Amino acid sequence: MSTASTLATAGRVLRQLRRDPRTLALLFVVPPLLVTLFRYLFDGQPATFDRVGPPMIGIFPFTTMFVVTSIAMLRERTTGTLERLMTLPLAKLDLLAGYGLAFAALATLQAAVTSTIAFWLLGLDVQGSVAVVIALAVCNALLGMSLGLFVSAFARTEFQAVQFLPALVFPQLLLCGLLVPRERMVDWLRLLSTVLPLTWAYDGLARAAAGRSGGALARDVAIVLGAAVVALALGATTLRRRTG
Amino acid sequence: MAAIRVDHLRVVRGGAEVLADLSFEVAAGTVTGLLGPSGSGKTTLMRAIVGVQIVAGGTVSVLGEPAGSAALRRRVAYTTQAPSVYLDLTLRENLRYFARLLRAPSASIERSLAAVDLEPLADRVVRTFSGGQLSRASLAAALLGEPELLVLDEPTVGLDPVLRRDLWTTFRRIAETGTTLLVSSHVMDEADRCDTLLLLREGRLLADCTPAELRAATGEERLDAAFLALVEAP
Repeated sequence: MSTASTLATAGRVLRQLRRDPRTLALLFVVPPLLVTLFRYLFDGQPATFDRVGPPMIGIFPFTTMFVVTSIAMLRERTTGTLERLMTLPLAKLDLLAGYGLAFAALATLQAAVTSTIAFWLLGLDVQGSVAVVIALAVCNALLGMSLGLFVSAFARTEFQAVQFLPALVFPQLLLCGLLVPRERMVDWLRLLSTVLPLTWAYDGLARAAAGRSGGALARDVAIVLGAAVVALALGATTLRRRTG
Repeated sequence: MAAIRVDHLRVVRGGAEVLADLSFEVAAGTVTGLLGPSGSGKTTLMRAIVGVQIVAGGTVSVLGEPAGSAALRRRVAYTTQAPSVYLDLTLRENLRYFARLLRAPSASIERSLAAVDLEPLADRVVRTFSGGQLSRASLAAALLGEPELLVLDEPTVGLDPVLRRDLWTTFRRIAETGTTLLVSSHVMDEADRCDTLLLLREGRLLADCTPAELRAATGEERLDAAFLALVEAP
């Protein structure tokens, strides 16, 4: 493990994104636009907007980082840069931590921009702390990044990588409790939602927005970060120095 | 002293034997050409020497250490046939990143750029490079840590004769500083620029000799004819 290599990698990843202004614009413009859409979709029901707004802010970074990481990692694999890195004195953990650091920074910025617009322009009202919502957004970004890294090993092309979004992210969005409260789901779906990490991310965000912190919130964060660590460990096993 | 020592190396991929019981040595400070038709196992052999290939048997030792050991990651550099540089960064940004991973001083970036004659393009995004510029960019990255062994997989493929000549001049210049080079190619006219030749065909070593020895053994003046004579010998 080396801080210098981790920082060099994080800097390199951010520099690559800076060369792609359209992606950056999409990362920062789309979430506020969608939140605005929700605000006016629920124009007559401010209570509903207040309920779904904060989880949306916290869940965007999960989906965007999932897509960005799976494509970025796939490119590392197909252009041969990963093979070069694996022959250099770079620990796998440094590579992963570098990506994590870069995307956590990006997620913080993304959640901050979306929050600013939602809370101050769209009148989103929460009991809890905005800072906690942003902190949870960063945890979710790390979860999305770890899952994206893991699935990138199973995609041969960018077309396949993009298809992992509806395959792995949409079901979690549907079942996390955002659309239908989990108590109202049929038993087997509720059971399924219990083992999906995004359910706990949503639970934490809903709790934080309602101003209820404490033990249950800490448990939610622990589950999300735990799932991220597991996905990262699985992802690390797909970065092989020796291949057939 | 031998920079590379390969002993009874066997590699199996997808159930098929790609390299069958290879043994040879490469002397330090030489330019060795690894030649043979496509599919003869050149890339697999290079990967085994760099230590990124899972092998089925035998040993490969590089600079006195087992191939692929962590201590060699600073001493051995490898370029594949893929670009292996970040297309969305400038060449200098690429080199700065790899140099930081290697803990190479920033002066090594300028040295590398000069060695491959890419100084004028240093601040251009690599995506805009031509094929020849890309392979030189990849070579520049490999030169950063002043490696003792350079393993280059078909660095001249698809280049015009002028660029190919220039690259071979560069290889020779690098070898004069004491670096060992193992360069693969399927163009026989490049064989004359090597100190020694390893001729590979269907995973077997047909010859391990100098260009002059190959000519003497086959009685052919042209090296591609000599290679054919070897291949078609009963």
